[in-house]
Amino acid sequence: MKSLGNIRRSFAPWTDPDAKPFITFRNVTKRFGDFTAVDDLTLNIYHREFFALLGASGCGKSTLLRMLAGFERPTSGEIILDGQDIAGIPPYKRPVNMMFQSYALFPHMTVESNIGFGLRQDGMPKNEIAERVSQMLKLVKLEQFAKRKPHQLSGGQRQRVALARSLAKRPKVLLLDEPLGALDKKLREETQFELMDLQQELGLTFVVVTHDQEEAMTMADRIAVMSHGKVIQVATPAEIYEAPNSRFVADFIGDVNILDGKVSANGNGKIELAVNEGFTIRTATANGPTPGSAAGFAIRPEKMKVTRAAPADASVNAAPGEIWDIGYLGDMTVFYVKLDSGKVVKASMLNALREVEDPISYDEKVWVSFGETAGVVLKD
Amino acid sequence: MSNWSRFNIVSVVLGFAFLYLPIVLLVVFSFNESKLVTVWAGFSTKWYVALFNNQGLMDAAWVTIRVALLSATIATILGTMAALALTRYTRFRGRLLFSGMVYAPLVMPEVITGLSLLLLFVAIGFDRGFVTVTLAHITFSMCFVTVVVQSRLLSFDRSIEEAALDLGATPVRTFLEVTLPVILPAVLSGWMLALTLSLDDLVISSFTSGPGATTLPMKIYSQVRLGVTPEINAACTLLIGLVAIGVVIASIMTKRREVQRQRDEQAAFAGR
Repeated sequence: MKSLGNIRRSFAPWTDPDAKPFITFRNVTKRFGDFTAVDDLTLNIYHREFFALLGASGCGKSTLLRMLAGFERPTSGEIILDGQDIAGIPPYKRPVNMMFQSYALFPHMTVESNIGFGLRQDGMPKNEIAERVSQMLKLVKLEQFAKRKPHQLSGGQRQRVALARSLAKRPKVLLLDEPLGALDKKLREETQFELMDLQQELGLTFVVVTHDQEEAMTMADRIAVMSHGKVIQVATPAEIYEAPNSRFVADFIGDVNILDGKVSANGNGKIELAVNEGFTIRTATANGPTPGSAAGFAIRPEKMKVTRAAPADASVNAAPGEIWDIGYLGDMTVFYVKLDSGKVVKASMLNALREVEDPISYDEKVWVSFGETAGVVLKD
Repeated sequence: MSNWSRFNIVSVVLGFAFLYLPIVLLVVFSFNESKLVTVWAGFSTKWYVALFNNQGLMDAAWVTIRVALLSATIATILGTMAALALTRYTRFRGRLLFSGMVYAPLVMPEVITGLSLLLLFVAIGFDRGFVTVTLAHITFSMCFVTVVVQSRLLSFDRSIEEAALDLGATPVRTFLEVTLPVILPAVLSGWMLALTLSLDDLVISSFTSGPGATTLPMKIYSQVRLGVTPEINAACTLLIGLVAIGVVIASIMTKRREVQRQRDEQAAFAGR
């Protein structure tokens, strides 16, 4: 069976029409004065899902999260959590906890009392609080730091305290606002997997806001790509990457070459595009635009081949050009090929071998080519 | 500051002399044996003893301390509330007027504050005495507390309040358990400042006090008009000491807060 990308786990309630969403945003709009932060947005998030809101700063993702936490009230529309409209419920009565971007640890309290804060508010008996706190400390591996104050901890440790504190009350939903933004790259990668394991282990619903696409791709079951207060595409990381539904998503996630042209033929599950670069692209697609209409073609750099010799069938999906620039990144090499039309496309090749005989070099005449399933047709 | 030129030394000495010579003289002559204020006749602490036996001065001191403690406490509560309102609700109707009114006493001539309060108390038929002096002191010291607390609130990370709300604390408990402990050093130094201001106020007290509520500065002023005695010097020395301690404690607390914050910030960066 063929599928897009690698499937991490078989968890896909969104494909089941009978599954009931755990969180629903229905026609939610949020305005701040003249500025519309969230614009008539509808979105479903399922129980035990790791859901990522991805977008550039100012796209409304944080506002969406803050509405879920209760710090902002939607201007219109409703937010339903576990069957209940929560729009009017204040933050301190919601079964939702949040991990803040700045961690927001209480500076005057020890790690222990930071973690126990929420439990004390609920009036939990002291011995139970102590037990739960030590459980949480163990979960985030900070047992020996219980008596420290936040300013005596490193950034990574603070992040863990913040996480433990937000999990201590066993919320139905955990909201994470740029949870790894303040960590360095190495720590961030480690923590990504820890968060995923934790989410699986505890069986919670996680909603994470991030501007880091790699982070979203790694952790999330589904990603909502947002722009200007609207959701552009909601899909699994693989779908977002391999089958973007729009120019915006294709361009926003990863590297992409976009070639514009006109549809010249459409039939038998295949579509042909005469692109402005002066060659024909034939690609497999279920229902593409009708012949004559304008369309774009998006293809990722790693799905293009660069060769000295022309491919066997050079009539479609192949174009001659010249090496314009070469970027050596260690794990792969990126070739910038200037096509005869003048357009520069990016093609990357994995450096699977340490030594290459007679490598392709600057100013060489080459061919770029790709298969019929390598790219996607963009309708807009 | 490694190069002290002669000019620098002279200007520093002259500057300090200008500021502190009168005070040093007063302190020195409070230990004078002679009753003549300007003639040195040997060291003695007898004027301090006399001071403690002077019932009038002691009564005035007691009034002053009570007024200071009470007015500083109430001014701190009101001033903190004003600071919270000014930093938190940046868009309420009449905010500019409110902030102007809060800060006005900072620059208002004391005579005007005193006179207007006097007119008010007379107009509403309020008997002048302990209560009116205390009210007047609250009025003028509140704005100082507001300034101190407001500057702390500007650098306050509001996400910790949101975190508290998120974890189930009601707004009231959030204030008591999170906001107040964090801004407490600023509130205390505001209180200290209000206390100090109240202790040494003369003009406003003169306008608003009545029989039985003479404060120490008023008492000293009235006695000086009859002739300066070393006893007054002794009283002034004690007052200077008290005010100096108050100011020093307030500035140490501010300084420590600053140092603490810098250390926290450095730790935060180091930890990243």
